Amino acid sequence: MSRKTLRKLFSNFMLFVSFLTAAYGIFWLFWILGSLFINGFKYLSPELIYLDPTPAGQEGGGLRPAFVGHLIITSLATIMGVPVGIMAGIYFAEYGRHSKFFMTLRQITDIMVSTPSILMGAVVYAVLVKPVGHFNGFSGAVALALLMLPVIAITTDEMLKLVPKELREAAYALGAYKWQVIKDVVMRAAKVGILTGVLLGVARIAGETAPLLFTSFNNNVLTFDLRDPMASLTVTMFNYVMGPYHYWHQQSWAAAFILTMGVLLLSIIARVLLHRNLLEPLFYIVRSITGKKGG
Amino acid sequence: MEQVAEVQKSLREIKTRGEFLERFLKLSLGFWALFAGLLFPILAGVILLYEARLAIEKFGFIHFLTYTNWDPVQEDFGAATMIFGTVVSTLLSMLIAAPVAIGIAIFITELAPNWFKPIVSTAVELLAAIPSIIYGLWGFFILAPIMATKVEPWLQDKLGDVPLIGKLFQGAPTGVDVLTTSLVLSIMIIPFMAAVVRDAFNMVPPIMKESAYGLGATKWEVIRQVVIPYTASGIAGGLILSAGRALGETMAVTFLAGNNPQIPKSLLEPFTTITVALANQFTEADTDVYLSALYYAGLLLYLVSFTMLGIAKFMVLRLEKRWKT
Repeated sequence: MSRKTLRKLFSNFMLFVSFLTAAYGIFWLFWILGSLFINGFKYLSPELIYLDPTPAGQEGGGLRPAFVGHLIITSLATIMGVPVGIMAGIYFAEYGRHSKFFMTLRQITDIMVSTPSILMGAVVYAVLVKPVGHFNGFSGAVALALLMLPVIAITTDEMLKLVPKELREAAYALGAYKWQVIKDVVMRAAKVGILTGVLLGVARIAGETAPLLFTSFNNNVLTFDLRDPMASLTVTMFNYVMGPYHYWHQQSWAAAFILTMGVLLLSIIARVLLHRNLLEPLFYIVRSITGKKGG
Repeated sequence: MEQVAEVQKSLREIKTRGEFLERFLKLSLGFWALFAGLLFPILAGVILLYEARLAIEKFGFIHFLTYTNWDPVQEDFGAATMIFGTVVSTLLSMLIAAPVAIGIAIFITELAPNWFKPIVSTAVELLAAIPSIIYGLWGFFILAPIMATKVEPWLQDKLGDVPLIGKLFQGAPTGVDVLTTSLVLSIMIIPFMAAVVRDAFNMVPPIMKESAYGLGATKWEVIRQVVIPYTASGIAGGLILSAGRALGETMAVTFLAGNNPQIPKSLLEPFTTITVALANQFTEADTDVYLSALYYAGLLLYLVSFTMLGIAKFMVLRLEKRWKT
């Protein structure tokens, strides 16, 4: 064998290895989603949503307080986190672009996206739970909002960056104020992108457990009062998985299934909104079947 | 004349209103930017520091870091076990994840046909979108039993007698241990690492690669000798970034670590990390010193992860700057 074929063989071998790594990653995805589907679907029942939990050890019951609480906490966090995040993102993109100070702040915000989420719970505990004396749903929403804020700010900034400079200049040339340019030109051009960011942010916080463990805590009774401890799907799952009862495990599988489907749906919608070329493979297959060129 | 004056007056009004709105908007937007990038990180740090003050006074810095006893009854706290656990599980998961992530990045940028790229990218990104508690639940119910009954006995059988390495696989396989935790952690950080490395690979100008191909290099030689050296700082940045993520991972680790405050002697022993201790003990902490010690550990985690993510950010930015100018 000549040296050339050896090199070629080695190259192909390494590329095959890289193909295997991709397969390895996808293998885990399918295993996790597969077991979620199988176990989650098996234990899924309407009672899960509309019944309250039974006393520990007694079969049956559902997770109504957790579903309601999760919805309340997540929506409240979204209402608090999204406007603030978008505002910070607009400033970074429209005012701070040429200021070294604000560009540094933007990088710090980007770092805050990855800070351990459990620390947000600890920080909020010190401010909103300890002084009050008991766990409350509001503090959980604040912890999630703080977690969401950097995510929204960074995606908004990224999306506004994509708006062409010429659009802004055209508006300025017509004598528009900066706030008019932001409101009527930039935001309008970037609205799909910002919506994507919001969806990703919601998907991120909807699956969070750690910040809720010692802020909103858990509650076996349905409550709408934000001053009370409030159950959430994730914290309930945490307690149930660690618990001794078999039906608890079954209910947490079902809850995990619903939660994951919700979160994945949000992120898939966000991605389809963002890069429409995600649907390209589908079009490609359709085209190759129908034998038509272009499209 | 009167009409002209009126028009001028209303024009002035519009102008003052516009300018007022302009200033108001800039100030309010600026405040939130300042909050997100400066006040919030500092406030979080200060609150953690303030809550940890009791433990800092009582245990000092070096002592807290190196002392292995964690005893809530005697109120005698040292974080060495959980710091060790955090570091070991992070390093081990990096060791598993790094080659895979680089391989995935190579596959996506160099190998996959154009229509297939988004599918692989999305699949890998979906791994990142799965909530961490799902990893914990799946790892606890599905993976841990398999590890305990199949994988770990097999590893013990094959590697148990090898000197040095064999020591790492001693003990009764339970599935709730360092190995399973690191494996699940590695799956969780692969997407982050792969995304950063892929972006770095995409930044290499085509002309660099084409000139290597022109000299007769094979695809792998181009990757190995052109793409990887030129994106080295991006790859390093990606690695550190995901290490920063792995450090702070809570729920998956909480299910799989076993929450045993000891320094594990082998990969098959339960252990604890800072995040596990926080998640499990925070609501149980009944004395001020206990709670304060937990905050102290949290503060350390905050500082370390912030620094690491900062370094990663800096390295990635340096790469971007190099290619953009």
